[in-house]
Amino acid sequence: MTLIGWAQIALVLALVLASAFPLARYMAVLFSGGRTLLTPVLGPVERGFYAVAGVDPRRGMTWREYAFALIMLNALHFVVLYAILRLQDVLPFNPQHVPAMSPRLAFNTAASFVTNTNWQAYVPESQISYGAQMFGLTVHNFLSAATGIAAAVAVIRAFTGSALETLGNFYVDLTRVTLYLLLPVCVVAGAILLAAGVPETLSAYATATPLDGGSQTIALGPVAFQEAIKEFGTNGGGFFNANSAHPFENPSALTNVLENWLLLAIPFALPLMLGHLVGEKKQGRSLYYAMAILLTLAIAGTYAAEAGGNPLMTHAGVSASMGNMEGKDVRFGVALSSAFNTSATGTSTGAVNSFTDSYTPLGGLIPMFLMQLGEVTPGGVGSGLYTIVVFALLSVFVAGLMVGRTPEYLGKKVQAREIKLSMLAVLILTLFILGGAGASLVLPNGVSSLSNAGPHGLSEMLYAWSSATENNGSAMAGLTADTPLLDFGLGLAMIFGRFAFLVPVLAIAGSLAAKPKLPPSAGTFPTTGPLFVGLLVGVIIILGGLQFMPADALGPMAEHFSMRAGKVF
Amino acid sequence: MATAKADTIALFDRTIILRAMGDSFAKLNPLSLMRNPVIFVTEVVAALTTVIGIEALINHTPAAFAIAVAIWLWLTVLFATFAEAVAEGRGRARAESLRAARSDTMAKVLANPKDRASVKQVPAPDLRAGDLVLVETNDLIPSDGEIVDGVASVNESAITGESAPVIRETGGDRSAVTGGTQVVSDWLVIRITADPGNTFIDRMIKLVEGAERRKTPNEIALDILLAGLTIIFLIAVVTLVGFAKYSATPLAIPVLAALLVTLIPTTIGGLLSAIGIAGMDRLIRFNVVATSGRAVEAAGDVDALLLDKTGTITFGNRMAAGLYPVPGVSERELAEAAAYASLGDETPEGRSILTFVRDRHGVAPSAPDDAQIIPFTANTRVSGVDSGGRSWRKGAVDNILKQATGAPPAALTQAVDRVSRAGSTPLAVMADGRLMGVLELKDIVKPGIRDRFAELRRMGIRTVMVTGDNKVTAAAIATEAGVDDFLAEATPQDKLDYIRRTQAEGRLVAMCGDGTNDAPALAQADVGVAMQTGTQAAREAGNMVDLDSDPTKLIEIVEIGKQLLITRGSLTTFSIANDISKYFAILPAIFVATYPELGALNIMRLSTPQSAIMSAVIFNALIIVALVPLALRGVKFRAVGAAALLQRNLLIYGLGGIVAPFVGIKAIDMVLTAFHFFA
Repeated sequence: MTLIGWAQIALVLALVLASAFPLARYMAVLFSGGRTLLTPVLGPVERGFYAVAGVDPRRGMTWREYAFALIMLNALHFVVLYAILRLQDVLPFNPQHVPAMSPRLAFNTAASFVTNTNWQAYVPESQISYGAQMFGLTVHNFLSAATGIAAAVAVIRAFTGSALETLGNFYVDLTRVTLYLLLPVCVVAGAILLAAGVPETLSAYATATPLDGGSQTIALGPVAFQEAIKEFGTNGGGFFNANSAHPFENPSALTNVLENWLLLAIPFALPLMLGHLVGEKKQGRSLYYAMAILLTLAIAGTYAAEAGGNPLMTHAGVSASMGNMEGKDVRFGVALSSAFNTSATGTSTGAVNSFTDSYTPLGGLIPMFLMQLGEVTPGGVGSGLYTIVVFALLSVFVAGLMVGRTPEYLGKKVQAREIKLSMLAVLILTLFILGGAGASLVLPNGVSSLSNAGPHGLSEMLYAWSSATENNGSAMAGLTADTPLLDFGLGLAMIFGRFAFLVPVLAIAGSLAAKPKLPPSAGTFPTTGPLFVGLLVGVIIILGGLQFMPADALGPMAEHFSMRAGKVF
Repeated sequence: MATAKADTIALFDRTIILRAMGDSFAKLNPLSLMRNPVIFVTEVVAALTTVIGIEALINHTPAAFAIAVAIWLWLTVLFATFAEAVAEGRGRARAESLRAARSDTMAKVLANPKDRASVKQVPAPDLRAGDLVLVETNDLIPSDGEIVDGVASVNESAITGESAPVIRETGGDRSAVTGGTQVVSDWLVIRITADPGNTFIDRMIKLVEGAERRKTPNEIALDILLAGLTIIFLIAVVTLVGFAKYSATPLAIPVLAALLVTLIPTTIGGLLSAIGIAGMDRLIRFNVVATSGRAVEAAGDVDALLLDKTGTITFGNRMAAGLYPVPGVSERELAEAAAYASLGDETPEGRSILTFVRDRHGVAPSAPDDAQIIPFTANTRVSGVDSGGRSWRKGAVDNILKQATGAPPAALTQAVDRVSRAGSTPLAVMADGRLMGVLELKDIVKPGIRDRFAELRRMGIRTVMVTGDNKVTAAAIATEAGVDDFLAEATPQDKLDYIRRTQAEGRLVAMCGDGTNDAPALAQADVGVAMQTGTQAAREAGNMVDLDSDPTKLIEIVEIGKQLLITRGSLTTFSIANDISKYFAILPAIFVATYPELGALNIMRLSTPQSAIMSAVIFNALIIVALVPLALRGVKFRAVGAAALLQRNLLIYGLGGIVAPFVGIKAIDMVLTAFHFFA
């Protein structure tokens, strides 16, 4: 660990945490239907969309209508994306003549991009055309991000008044977030990346002759703008297999800081936006602090583990001064690598600028644990917020009784129905992560995907199921993912992890919206201040993470203690 | 409150404990245990482990560990059923004293209420609602009813514990009678209002015994949380088989059973129903009967209390509180004049004047022999004494002024104004036709009530005073008593409207009342406490009945409701926080054979894997018994506001819940090691 390393991490976090405040204000205006700086330009476009689509922007939707619209639109897009991937060989923009995807890989990929997971079982350079990247994947990078943010806004609206029947209009939320937030920021960020050397071209791959002779193919493509939304929408699906470690995706430490900011910006702004929309800013701040504390601890932990290096390598004569540099690029170093990978797993982005498979056991455990916690540190765009709201409901329920009243959160009573739906949502995640990984490890065609024996192999499998179920998409690269078991299994895990979680959460929102909003009194459980933040962090770890301890103990923890004892597998 | 039922039952009464031990075995029936998912799962796992142990015995393979785990898992279940049985036993003990009051005598049924001569003897349990019954001196009232004719004094000690008989009569607010009470003098004709098995006493018995206990909304929500956690840990333990198989770690069923049972929230699961029953029991000890557990829970949630001024906030009758002499008259002279003038006033107000001047000024005149006493009447509104040519008068200002000579001094008029504005009643005092000054009669606020309201405010509860007084008087008393709001010149409809308005804001309202015209408001309120002395209509409308008819008790009822919720929340937090230590005890123990390096996680330094697992299981079982007294007694409630209360309870039950098992498991491991068990 070095001072400069800590300074780099502090810079990234400071940029993110500071920018969240103005961004939250902007988004609050956006979702309360107010006018923004961009309204004069984009207002006619927005109204044009509604006119063409026949949407009445003033019509509110009940939670059922909202969920139905959300699921139907995503289902439609799933079918379209599946078709694009299956037909990419005959569709335009395919200078490399990439063949059509196999049915099961197309299923896995479509599921992955519709759910904002961006798990990549395919090799982009050889298995996907420019056209499919642009019209399939990039579209979904926008759509899945906007879907998540819209759902989060719907959940927040449940807390804004008494006896509410509707949660807003899904189509309006989707349009506004795309038009006023995602597109403008991505245009600016894409332009900066372009200037920094990221390619944006439709020409075929270049061929070069390296100094040692022979010939080298250099993959190119329309990268810059896809890269921007890949981070800003917490998607994470790399244009290239090497993801943000590839110099054409992430050329320098400077672009790395930009990309790291992009992937954390919206998730940290959302809780503050909640504060604006419910009319009590400090309520949003307490969620924001809980997220910030967890992420800061996680980054510091990963950095400490990585900077410490591998004792076995040190013993073999490798200098420990740089820490564990295996799988990391010198452009970024240990600190920025740790910060990036941890941020990406804490946000359901899943992008990497270094290889998690090569991290030390603890350095790999922390990103995996962040996913298992339920992606709330700060989580994906939208999903992080509505998940932490579920944890807040569970926190006030468990501890709120201790003040002697039926617990309430933001003035809404938390009762049997909300608890039932919250537990259902949490159960689905646990079932897919532990059930999927446990089963894959005993099935022969699951074990054959592993490239490592011993506890590291277990970690790879557990990591994959955690990543898919929590819609992260990050992978420990050692795993062979394009197999029937994992294509279908992880595909289902992504779909259930996204929608079987989202629907109960919207149902909770519907149930809470209908309740009267109680004014706070001295007897109300305080959901602001350090005590609540500490409680929330504790509940996230105990209710969200402890069930994974036995499995994690057999994976990264066993590997860690074995490594320290000098044992390899 | 000297009452029969208020006798405290010792926390560990011998007979109750013995019977509960027996009952805890009867409660092992899986069908009845299914109501409690956590303990049901524990029982299934205990049975499974027992089978494994027996199988090992038959096959002559090592069985000691499996059998030891099985025994302690069964004990875990038994401790949970025991907790419930003890709580029920305490309720049953109270029910016994009530049952003794239930009359199985013969009732005199009348065919015609006017004809009290022709009665038909019918056994009391056969009476139906609507039957007309005659009760005479020394008869037990056979069932609940409404008086249709007659006046009688009734001894209600069977219900209230109060031995002084009370008057019951037809019409008005004192027309309800309760089965099991006894007519001491005169007679009554009663229309029976309850069918057999549904009388007030029957309902009380059922409630205290917990026989008809339905889960309250909050209990249901908590049950769902606990069931959800149980399923989550079930998934974690079952899938562990896959992870272990991959890692070539042998996992025996007893070990998995131990891991599962120590992780699921058995502590709160085992104590939950005991906490609920004990909450009801605490209320009964306060001589308040709730018709459902739901009402007790609602009491904890109450945001506003509607309190009648008279009897709750003030003593109910006005008392002398100040003397304001006119210039030229000393305060002592005024005191003497007031005392003489009040000698003939037998009303409580008149007596309060004598008490006041004696205590404050040492003036205690006695009536001269020749005194001619002019008593206070509602008509003249003046009292006085004439003696030896002198005369003293006191009374309503207008009436005295009429009798006085000359115009009233300005100081007197000012004093009258001042007293009126403060919400008190001014009386004028006159000696020998000369106006001496003004006497202030005031509705005295009960001492200490202001502090109680401040306490309620800290708990986040608004107090609202309801009174028939005019706004000025009401405002003055409201300020003095420190209530948050008041309803002046309140009619029953005003009360109802106020409750509806408050509820529309999403707040819960509690009130108490006794009259028939209170019934709609009692029914509308979330917590409606009817007075035992009230009418049948009021008692039916409320969801609680206060046997002592003490309206101030509303405050204690709220505290009992809060205490119930706090106890549940604290033990849930404790139970969940316990899990952390169990991972540290069990995980290294089960994986250390494969990965000896994981022994590093054994931070408690437990001696062997087997003793580590046993220690965790034993701690998990013993903690249930250890917490039974707390569950029955309830976590102490302090009126300090939510934030401070949370901080305190989170520290004790949250942090304590994390730390305590580390200490406990280590201690048990040391004992096991000392005796060479699994060492």
